[in-house]
Amino acid sequence: MSVSLVTGLYLVAGILFIRSLGGLSNQTTAKRGNLYGIAGMLLAIVATIAVAKGGYGVMIAALCAGGAIGAVLAQRVAMTSMPELVAILHSFVGIAAVLVGFAAYLSPAHSLIGAAKIIHEVEIFIGVLVGAVTFTGSIIAFGKLRGSIASKPLMLPARHAINAGMFLACVALLIPFLSAPDHSAVWALGAMSAIAAILGAHLVMAIGGADMPVVVSMLNSYSGWAASAAGFMLGNDLLIITGALVGSSGAILSIIMCRAMNRSIVAVIFGGFGAAEGAAPAGGAAAPQGEVKSTDAESVAKALLDAKSVIVVPGYGMAVAQAQHPLYEAARILRKRGTAVRFAIHPVAGRLPGHMNVLLAEAKVPYDIVLEMDEINQDFPETDVVLVIGANDIVNPSALEDVSSPIYGMPVLEVWSSKVVVVTKRGMAAGYAGIDNPLFYRENTQMLFGDAKKSVDAILAGLKAGVA
Amino acid sequence: MRVGIVREIGLGERRVAATPDTTKRLIKLGFEVQVEAGAGELASFQDADYESAGASIAPTATEVWDTSDLVLKVRPPDALPEGGHEADHLREGATLISFIWPSKNPELVARLSGRKVTVLAMDQIPRITRAQKMDALSSMANIAGYRAVIEAASFFGRFFTGQMTAAGKVPPAKVMVIGAGVAGLAAIGAARSLGAIVRAFDTRPGVKEQIESMGAEFLELQFEEEGAGEGGYAKEMSPAFIAAEMALFAEQARDVDIIITTALIPGRPAPVLITPEMVESMKKGSVIVDLAAENGGNCALTQPERVITHRGITIIGYVDLPSRLAPTASQLYGSNLCHMIADMGGAKAWHIDREDEVIRGALIMENGEVCWPPPRIEKKEVEPAKRPSVKPVAKRDSHAVALKESRPKQRGHGHGADTGRPSSLWPMVAAAVVIAAASQFAPPEFVAHLTVFVLACFVGWQVVWNVTPALHTPLMSVTNAVSGIILVGGMLNVAGPLGSPATLLGALALLLSAINVAGGFLVTQRMLKMFAKSPEEERGGQNG
Repeated sequence: MSVSLVTGLYLVAGILFIRSLGGLSNQTTAKRGNLYGIAGMLLAIVATIAVAKGGYGVMIAALCAGGAIGAVLAQRVAMTSMPELVAILHSFVGIAAVLVGFAAYLSPAHSLIGAAKIIHEVEIFIGVLVGAVTFTGSIIAFGKLRGSIASKPLMLPARHAINAGMFLACVALLIPFLSAPDHSAVWALGAMSAIAAILGAHLVMAIGGADMPVVVSMLNSYSGWAASAAGFMLGNDLLIITGALVGSSGAILSIIMCRAMNRSIVAVIFGGFGAAEGAAPAGGAAAPQGEVKSTDAESVAKALLDAKSVIVVPGYGMAVAQAQHPLYEAARILRKRGTAVRFAIHPVAGRLPGHMNVLLAEAKVPYDIVLEMDEINQDFPETDVVLVIGANDIVNPSALEDVSSPIYGMPVLEVWSSKVVVVTKRGMAAGYAGIDNPLFYRENTQMLFGDAKKSVDAILAGLKAGVA
Repeated sequence: MRVGIVREIGLGERRVAATPDTTKRLIKLGFEVQVEAGAGELASFQDADYESAGASIAPTATEVWDTSDLVLKVRPPDALPEGGHEADHLREGATLISFIWPSKNPELVARLSGRKVTVLAMDQIPRITRAQKMDALSSMANIAGYRAVIEAASFFGRFFTGQMTAAGKVPPAKVMVIGAGVAGLAAIGAARSLGAIVRAFDTRPGVKEQIESMGAEFLELQFEEEGAGEGGYAKEMSPAFIAAEMALFAEQARDVDIIITTALIPGRPAPVLITPEMVESMKKGSVIVDLAAENGGNCALTQPERVITHRGITIIGYVDLPSRLAPTASQLYGSNLCHMIADMGGAKAWHIDREDEVIRGALIMENGEVCWPPPRIEKKEVEPAKRPSVKPVAKRDSHAVALKESRPKQRGHGHGADTGRPSSLWPMVAAAVVIAAASQFAPPEFVAHLTVFVLACFVGWQVVWNVTPALHTPLMSVTNAVSGIILVGGMLNVAGPLGSPATLLGALALLLSAINVAGGFLVTQRMLKMFAKSPEEERGGQNG
């Protein structure tokens, strides 16, 4: 196969990848988009086999083995564990970039001189650096998401200085790496990889649990840039295009997430909520006034049956308790009675961008009643009952009303303007942000204490009894 | 021309035919206005108010009757307590406008016809669109409907609205309104505003939309029969229909707390819709308000003008509900009169135009010559839906529309796809500068790659902002899969001898990225399969 034909095929594959992302602009075209992506990938593999100079046995074996492992993973993963899967897959891209970088450096194929050699080696260096940071960062994110690593941010003293020092050390290693003849500076590449790996781990260690959506999107972006860097070192346009697509996609997601939390992206990357400002986390704002009123599932069921319109606000707590299935069952009963039931999703609800949407979709909630914050916020005043399940900071009125609050300015779901708000919660503990939520003390708020799943089950039982 | 306003003599009547406000309007129309002393007192209007509006105060009714060219009243002329009859005081050549109810009061018509007077009946104004501004029946029905709910609330021992309080939950009251005319719709509106659950029944299926737009549930009979009669009223229904209707009421009576009946069929006694058994099946403490009490009542146990309690159920038979809201009733009635008088030319061009459908309909006699009932006119433009009291409907609708329009149409675009997307001008300039600089010293191949890279970044940027936020997780998993393209890098590096470091590293990279590709695409497919639209049958009540 001629090189120009392969270049053409690569171009087609790149277009298919773009169409694949484009297809995700809405639910009806999404499936087709994914198929475009698969087609693009198959085309790329075929084209690459065509230009490869041997090693087909290894190729087929690795492809088959990897494909099988991936298929099993995809089949087995629970939707609540999607964030972990995404994180671990990022780490694979990261380590693959590192490996490809080493392989490219050690491969005897090239004999470049002058500027071309320097550029080539800088490409390798950058690819390995980004790959290593992505790899360990994703591993740590994976551990935090699974709960095997404490999700509390690790706050080493002078951690910004440590990060800067490690980064400078990596850059400094570029000098011996470039000045060494041929392939003799593997040690420098290896040392840099080790430092970059520690840097990646440390960066993510310093980021707390609820910032995970941003971290995962950032790592998504990094994995793209790593792939792109690999493309540069191999002189492969397809890798460059794809890496750039993925890199921008992750960057955009990070921006969206940060906006939704009113945080600067820099503050999130370097971690530590509120710590950068040196503020004490808990109760910085005036303690909320009023009394907490608790209620029981039966009354909530009755209130729901009497309501004309209901909005459900799910949060991470719903995912943890797996309450989405009885929740939809309840919504179905209400919708059959003619009650308008909708779900309101805050952009950072859950541990992954769009995580709540996937969980609700898994529970068979039709996507046309699942609305984004911007779409539904103005409808709360006309709503009879709002059911907040396992969410806290995203419904905190101090974000709008209390200038001294650490989350002031963060866009939130204005549930309190509805007639009645029912909040299910395990106890009165503060949310991730560590601040008290005045919503719980509001006149029209009722607290339903207990595990989200048990509470929703009890409400569902109440609804069934009420309907029958 | 002089207009006279007399004090109403009917027992318990608090309304008056002109308020200080409508007095001013009459004066503007060129009339001289005189008001009997104390005429507005029960409606909270003082003589001084009328005087400052420009009217003169006449000490006695007789003086008003004797010296006015046009007398305005609320109730039909009646026997005076001191002897004699109001009708006899109307002077020759004068005009009287008030409620007359000629079919119920033939002797009054006869008494008036003996004299050379002109009489217009507010109750006979045809219910057509053009006459809405003069339609006193609608004005009064609107008030009666509202007041019926207020009366019911005052006798009912519970909240109308459901509440969740710190002390526990209070269920909302359930109200059934029978007959969704002007009064029925006003009652629905008032009960809804108080927070009750409202259901309404009407024999005319056409009013379903109006009922629902007021926020009530339309009780439907599975029965085919059109109940719309002439003039926006219901007509009498077949026995089978009535049986089905009664079964529905019997079922509802056991469930609801308040029943408000407004069913009237013109020219007939009110239909009995609530039997004694239904009353007895209601919960103790329930309330029935019978707006048809004056015409015999929709409830078998109603006693006109009285409130009775039957086995714990309160039955309100007031016939003077508009009068119980006298200031508002007077103002609306006075306005209806002003509109009518203005249509008749005001003081300067006063005339009775028999060609005018509205005036012809209301005209009982002209100069003593009885001309009621008017010859039948071809029925046209019967539009009960547009009567004044239905205005809240329109208002609500426009509000809902405004809400819908203000909603950002961003589904599928996500957060500020239009507004929030960072401008891409500066990065573009920066990229151009970098490429230009690179081309100065780097090999052309590198510059080509760099160009591809920058272009791909922009394409990615544009495409990904269009991804709907609901699909952000699938986006991540699909980009995961796509970034597995790094397997190409692995494939290009396994060509060497099997044991060489480059080959081993390449093979490992290939293995890992293959996991990514397969895992990413398959899990995306799995997720996307779960996103489904509402099934058709569930999409009903989702307009709120």
